[in-house]
Amino acid sequence: MASYETYDYDVLVIGAGGAGLRAAIEASVGNLSVGLICKSLLGKAHTVMAEGGVAAALANVDERDSWRVHFADTMRGGQYLSNARMAELHAKESPDRVRELEGWGALFDRTQEGSILQRNFGGHQYPRLAHVGDRTGLEMIRALQDHGIHQGIDVHMEHTVVSLLKTGDRVSGAFGYEREKGRFKIFSAKAIVLATGGVGKAYKVTSNSWEYTGDGHSLAYHAGAELIDMEFVQFHPTGMVWPSSVRGILVTEGVRGEGGILKNSEGKRFMFDDIPELYVNQTADNPEEGWRYTQGERDTRRPPELLTRDHVARCIVREVQEGRGSPHGGVFLDIAWIKEKIPNAPEHIRRKLPSMYHQFKELADIDITEEPMEVGPTTHYIMGGIRVDADSQMTAVPGLFAAGECAAGLHGANRLGGNSLSDLLVFGKRAGEYAAQFAMENETVPIEAAAIDAVAAQTLKPFENAQDGDNPYNIQAQLQEKMQKLVGIARSQESLTQALEEIQNLREKAANVHAIGNREYNAGWHTALDLDCLLTVSEAITLAALERRASIGAHSRDDYPEKEEPGAGKYNTIVQKAPDGTMALRRYPVPGLQADLQAIIDEIG
Amino acid sequence: MAKATFRIWRGDANAAQFVDYETEVAEGMVVLDAIHRIQADQANDMAVRWNCKAGKCGSCSAEVNGNPKLMCMARLNDLPLDEPVTVEPMRAFPLIKDLVTDVSWNFKVKEKMKPFAPRPPDAEDGTWRMEQEDIDHIQEFRKCIECFLCQDVCHVLREHDLHEEFIGPRFFVYAASLEMHPIDTENRLEELKDSDGIGYCNITKCCTKVCPEHITITDNAIIPLKERVVDEFYDPIKKLFRVFS
Repeated sequence: MASYETYDYDVLVIGAGGAGLRAAIEASVGNLSVGLICKSLLGKAHTVMAEGGVAAALANVDERDSWRVHFADTMRGGQYLSNARMAELHAKESPDRVRELEGWGALFDRTQEGSILQRNFGGHQYPRLAHVGDRTGLEMIRALQDHGIHQGIDVHMEHTVVSLLKTGDRVSGAFGYEREKGRFKIFSAKAIVLATGGVGKAYKVTSNSWEYTGDGHSLAYHAGAELIDMEFVQFHPTGMVWPSSVRGILVTEGVRGEGGILKNSEGKRFMFDDIPELYVNQTADNPEEGWRYTQGERDTRRPPELLTRDHVARCIVREVQEGRGSPHGGVFLDIAWIKEKIPNAPEHIRRKLPSMYHQFKELADIDITEEPMEVGPTTHYIMGGIRVDADSQMTAVPGLFAAGECAAGLHGANRLGGNSLSDLLVFGKRAGEYAAQFAMENETVPIEAAAIDAVAAQTLKPFENAQDGDNPYNIQAQLQEKMQKLVGIARSQESLTQALEEIQNLREKAANVHAIGNREYNAGWHTALDLDCLLTVSEAITLAALERRASIGAHSRDDYPEKEEPGAGKYNTIVQKAPDGTMALRRYPVPGLQADLQAIIDEIG
Repeated sequence: MAKATFRIWRGDANAAQFVDYETEVAEGMVVLDAIHRIQADQANDMAVRWNCKAGKCGSCSAEVNGNPKLMCMARLNDLPLDEPVTVEPMRAFPLIKDLVTDVSWNFKVKEKMKPFAPRPPDAEDGTWRMEQEDIDHIQEFRKCIECFLCQDVCHVLREHDLHEEFIGPRFFVYAASLEMHPIDTENRLEELKDSDGIGYCNITKCCTKVCPEHITITDNAIIPLKERVVDEFYDPIKKLFRVFS
């Protein structure tokens, strides 16, 4: 074996967004040695972009809120495909996880009484999102970062893991490279937590950054773990659509939470036209009631703009397809209209939505206090991911844990806004705690040298491929085009079958991409290496989408518009690597609810 | 489609120079879009640091036509495109490659500062009560996205290279956010005076001018901290007055 720089930890956390940081902090509590790998610089992970807030039933604004209502809202939002135990733990524990951040320096906006203020968000029955204007993610990651750097955690910035290492059945370490010089590093660990985020870069229009290439999903899959619910990709209803260079950048749901309304080119509030059965009783049937709801008036129902994201996104697509879209292929999101309702509206908007105000002012020359924004759906989040035990977050591979967006179970067929930031706190902590426990109970297992040399050779292959091999950026762009067109909001047997073929073709081309230059901070080489992860998650999404012959939550099939296949019952899809190396798919029936949880659903709905 | 030339700093710590690239530009593009297009089509191995592309993460700091900016927020239609647009890395930090610099010094500085230390919780559930008006000014400091453009333009760091004796505007903002935090109990004034070198700042406000988050660094963070340091250590008359009053 060639010699590589080697680190030895009790717990290694891969990914340094909210979930990874929270896991690392927890794992370091008992004086264990903890390594934390960041793909970028510390504090730049995707959590920083979260805007609207973190969902927690603190009941500071409406005392009727409780973990039980939060649980019921999450289950309904996920179309009852969520792991109920995860939804229960999440609803029960997120208040403590949010309060704890205050002790680490986070400063949420306040109520009149000086407590943490909470705002309305889609699918949440009561004002539940603790927030800081529209930069909640920044506040959270900074609080975690500034606390985390004093816990003795060994931080490796700008490192990427390309493979997990196993010894027998157990995970024994990770192989990666550091960006600056391109040197390889070996991380030996008794337990590993994956917290790598999502897969948005598999699509052309996305709110996600270059990092979001499905690394954790792919690493876990190749190590033998299961991926569930991969067909459920969230297309956030409101991304920027113009100018085209900023297409996909997120426009927070907080705009609608503060009273923003959606209109088509005819000036009509089209969201009133189609209100799903599951939500009829909770939705306002006139604009006035909807407005009063956004202003926190009790016993009012939410405006239809605050229905779940999957539904709002589909309604926007319908308006555009039927010729009632805005000039650049979106619809209008109007917050400026609230000047009819409140004095000093421009100042109010700038205070509540400061980063939206700047984003549109500086990138689109639009003053959102004066005129409507143009918005359309953007690939935002994946509900599916690595299957984990609800309590411990351990995967099917002993010693391998996962938390945050790359793990799955909590959100079912659709995630509610605000439930991601709470997810990563609750389950980041749990993953860190149980990984630490695993590390204390188990010895280090030696890493097998042969495995390392094989991965190293594979990682250098793009440099050795023939010079006429494809440009890695071209292959990535082609994959994004195909996924957007064939595996996007509207899917069919035909589009998905074609997508599988395209993915196979691109996989062959990806094996021969050529990287120019040397190993130092070489973006082309990194893009080439990320392709394998992107192709793996793209195939998993497509296979699962083919399997689910129904339209439920974020998954829509033109050829199967009904919510359930006749006689199929409720199930989750599971993707796993077969012994012959192919991707195998199976269904897993959703287990019945525990009596106490069922009682909550029966009562609250 | 119109074309424009970008004069980009290429190379590493040993050798680097400007290289011209011509690329197509369209309405609404920002400098980072042009850099990405050049990277994908003509210079696959070009190093550039970026993440969110929406002015929220503070990764893509660079000097565009000599002005420190986030490349993702630098609109092409604000630049004269009839001449080459120069894009260089931040000059106050060591070059790694192309547009990427070694900013690790900043992370080390923060680690050395005294962390947040809250008073015991006000309520039984472990929470505190704070008025919104008492935290407004700290929330301004907490808008910081750590792009380090303020560090890049600060002459104490850029020209005088006093990285060992001076923590720079970013970390005065950080210190202010802790010192003025309503529930923090720590005192950081001695460090601010000594190891953090706040005295070196002569209030030229270069940092405030480049802050993409529009934080009034000098007026709201540095000057009040300087006043606290002066009150604590340099005001014998005031001290005497206090003794006799």
